[in-house]
Amino acid sequence: MSDESPSHVIGADTKASPIVNDFCITISTVNGSGSATANNLLLRALFRMGIPVSGKNIFPSNIQGLPTWYTIRLSKDGYLARLEKDDIVIAMNPASFSRELDYILPGGVLFYADDIKQEITRTDIITYPMPVKKLIKDAEIAPNMRDYIANMVYVGVVGHMLGISMEELYAALDFHFKGKKKAVDSNFGVIKAAAEWAAANLEKKDPYRVERMSGMTDDCIMADGNTAAALGALFGGLQFSGWYPITPATSLAESLNEYLPVLRKDPETGKLTCIVVQSEDELAAIGMTIGAGWAGLRSMTSTSGPGLSLMSEYLGLAYYAEVPCVIWDVQRVGPSTGLPTRTQQGDITQAYFNGHGDTQFVMLIPGSVSECFEFGWRALDVAERLQTPVIVMSDLDLGMNQWMTKKFEYPDRPMDRGKVLWEKDIEALVNANKEWGRYLDIDGDGIPYRTVAGNKHPRSAYFARGTGHDEFGRYSEEPEVWERVLDRIARKIQNSTKYLPAPVLTSDGKCDIGIIVTGSAEPAVMEAHDQLKQKGIATDVLRIRSIPFHAEVEDFLRDHERVYVVELNRDGQIRQLLMINYPEFATKTVKVAHTDGLALTAKWVREAIEAHEEKVS
Amino acid sequence: MTSPTAVSQSNVNLVGLSRSDYRGAASTLCQGCGHNGIASQIVAALYEMNVIPENVVKFSGIGCSSKSPTYFLSRSFGFNGLHGRMPSLALGALAADTSLKGIGVSGDGDSASIGMGQFKHIIRRNVPMVYIVENNGVYGLTKGQFSATAEKGLELKKQGVNQFLPVDICAEALVANATFVARSFAGDPRQLKELLKAALSHHGIAILDVISPCVTFHNQENSIHSYTFGKEHEIPLHELSFVPAREEITVEDYEEGSSREVTLHDGSTIILKKLDKDHDPTDRMQAAMVLEDARRKNELITGLIYINPNEPSFFDGYGLVDEPLNRLPESRLRPSREALDQLNAMFM
Repeated sequence: MSDESPSHVIGADTKASPIVNDFCITISTVNGSGSATANNLLLRALFRMGIPVSGKNIFPSNIQGLPTWYTIRLSKDGYLARLEKDDIVIAMNPASFSRELDYILPGGVLFYADDIKQEITRTDIITYPMPVKKLIKDAEIAPNMRDYIANMVYVGVVGHMLGISMEELYAALDFHFKGKKKAVDSNFGVIKAAAEWAAANLEKKDPYRVERMSGMTDDCIMADGNTAAALGALFGGLQFSGWYPITPATSLAESLNEYLPVLRKDPETGKLTCIVVQSEDELAAIGMTIGAGWAGLRSMTSTSGPGLSLMSEYLGLAYYAEVPCVIWDVQRVGPSTGLPTRTQQGDITQAYFNGHGDTQFVMLIPGSVSECFEFGWRALDVAERLQTPVIVMSDLDLGMNQWMTKKFEYPDRPMDRGKVLWEKDIEALVNANKEWGRYLDIDGDGIPYRTVAGNKHPRSAYFARGTGHDEFGRYSEEPEVWERVLDRIARKIQNSTKYLPAPVLTSDGKCDIGIIVTGSAEPAVMEAHDQLKQKGIATDVLRIRSIPFHAEVEDFLRDHERVYVVELNRDGQIRQLLMINYPEFATKTVKVAHTDGLALTAKWVREAIEAHEEKVS
Repeated sequence: MTSPTAVSQSNVNLVGLSRSDYRGAASTLCQGCGHNGIASQIVAALYEMNVIPENVVKFSGIGCSSKSPTYFLSRSFGFNGLHGRMPSLALGALAADTSLKGIGVSGDGDSASIGMGQFKHIIRRNVPMVYIVENNGVYGLTKGQFSATAEKGLELKKQGVNQFLPVDICAEALVANATFVARSFAGDPRQLKELLKAALSHHGIAILDVISPCVTFHNQENSIHSYTFGKEHEIPLHELSFVPAREEITVEDYEEGSSREVTLHDGSTIILKKLDKDHDPTDRMQAAMVLEDARRKNELITGLIYINPNEPSFFDGYGLVDEPLNRLPESRLRPSREALDQLNAMFM
């Protein structure tokens, strides 16, 4: 549905035409009330019916008590971006009740717990009260479980009213409780009772319903980006992760812990081949991660903006001492503590320049959950190949929300362990009378050969340091040595694009207008692209997936008259980097940046581009 | 490659290496710096313990102390990290090959100020490594500021009088549940070497606080961090000998009743000869009292203050494969295609 116009208007005695698989439901609950289970059930059941869905959790930085919202968008056309208004609201929280009413589109629907005794000020919506307390009382549930299971009432009522398959709700429960039959059955009992109550007591007056679909969710799964990243890393042979809890990155490391015993038991001995350490802070998390990377382990940490700030000094050392490691930055809203539970693409320039002195970091930017899986293993390859930190820029929206996404694909190539010399390699070099130095550019690609601790060859060792060093790792303050080494590292990074994910171009033919987008901003941009097309504005879209930029980015800037750079931050950070890298095209780029804590919508993107197009034409 | 050999010649040890195989680059520290003496004893201890240099990995933070790992064991890998953050670097690196002996060299500036958090936490985790604090009470590289271990009332050129009570490295280590706490003095090479040997055999974190006078900025006779004070006020808890596991223990001059043995995890033994007090280093309460007593009397108490050889070390709890993680091939690191198929099916 489009976002801003009334989807339909119901007169007193006219029936609106049905709206199928194309609307938005927001569930308003109290944080800590266990509603996440109920919301995920609805989402997964709809997904299992073959309907494209996306779910977004808008939650407070709080354990219990503050309002929290969960929005499910059903889109028969497969659009996954956020919408600004709701067709259906399920109100379970008296504290935010009046606010909820404002977000319902005319002709929309309000389901509410009937113990909320507040005036319903809207006359242009359809309302369904739900006797939550009564149904729970009748369900004979232990009093301490009542609050948690109360949410199953709206699952049952709404499920019945929309036509969500009871069978799929059961399957979703089974997924959630990992097959624990008692929990599945007691929850399902409430769902069923609530559905039966609705069948007997509510008359359907609204046009919204769901139907099974086929073809749109084939080869798709439903997962979140943090789980995907953790799994990708485990399939990438991750061997060490040091981490410190921080929203919204915590669940990434917790997923490592969850799947490590399942996936990484050595087939020969049954013992583990990876170690995950919760550190005392981010300073130590990155220190451990760099120590492990230096000593030859595939090594990773996961954090968010404040943690990345704390990691800057060690990242500078790893850049200069050429230590491979991977940093997942699941971005939240900054500056400062900011909005810890809201999403942003706000750490782009920070990650790029992280550290004092001249530095530039390699960045990967996944745009979907399945890409989080792919970049989970690829980032480890890139880091070891380039002997440098690789920062993967995810965000809260991608990391913590459930997304319909392509199935995870098994890595399509063997691991790239980069240029590591073991005993026999050193011996061969010595025998061939060849020179080896830790920072000696033997191949001319800016990437030297490295040895790692534990190598027993008497000529293998070197002393790594963040102080000035020459090609043999010896301390040096010589001006020409300093410049030579730093220039080689810059060359190494600039020439790295062949190892990095290339941009993805969506083109309908040659257009004058281009849009550049990264990461989780893609769904809103792709939907806006389609809406603009309907309005006669054709655009090409380039999604950048890594920095340093591939040559295709320069081509795209050259080949378009105007390039809108759409991003979820205030300053247009990707655009800033484009302007630095391609100053000759700087005036062609237009900043389309916005940040209020929520994910971008197609409506906002489209309107911003339309407004600028009107100005220039 | 060097392999252990049983042949013992006069100028080589049991692994066929000479002392020069343990040396490092020439020191660029000041002439007479206590840190140089410590580097010499590290060389001596490892040579005498027949440790192959490739089996050692060195770590340091920032400061004069942290430069010193280049002055010993050129054949060992080393990593000079960030100020106060050597411990985390060491933890990560040692995970790659837990058979390696880690030697971390830090200073009072590095460990007692910016690094206090990491110092405490590596102790709490009992990461198996030797952690040496080369303690001189002063910031040398930045030319003579007070460090957190400088004693109250100390007057230094340009700095005036220090107003704050010092951090006691050993007391902090003990409170943090260190499993090995010792103090020595750079001017007492014999004791230092024996303590280094014991620390290297300890299965867990071994904190070694070494009073190491700064001859340039802080060597006043009345200061606890000076050579003069150390020589005059050093009170060893024991006379101490380290007996490696494979050597037959032949105790000649330790009389019955006046010596105490502590057996380490690897079977080696520390023999402690009673001096004026009968300190039991396995008793944590006694260790705390010895430190407090010395503080009150303004004594430089040295020796093995506390040891608990029985605690599991950090890596023991992770159920890792026996061989070094950094030598595992791809076949043992990447789960199967079937495992991914199962996960995909689960997320449907």
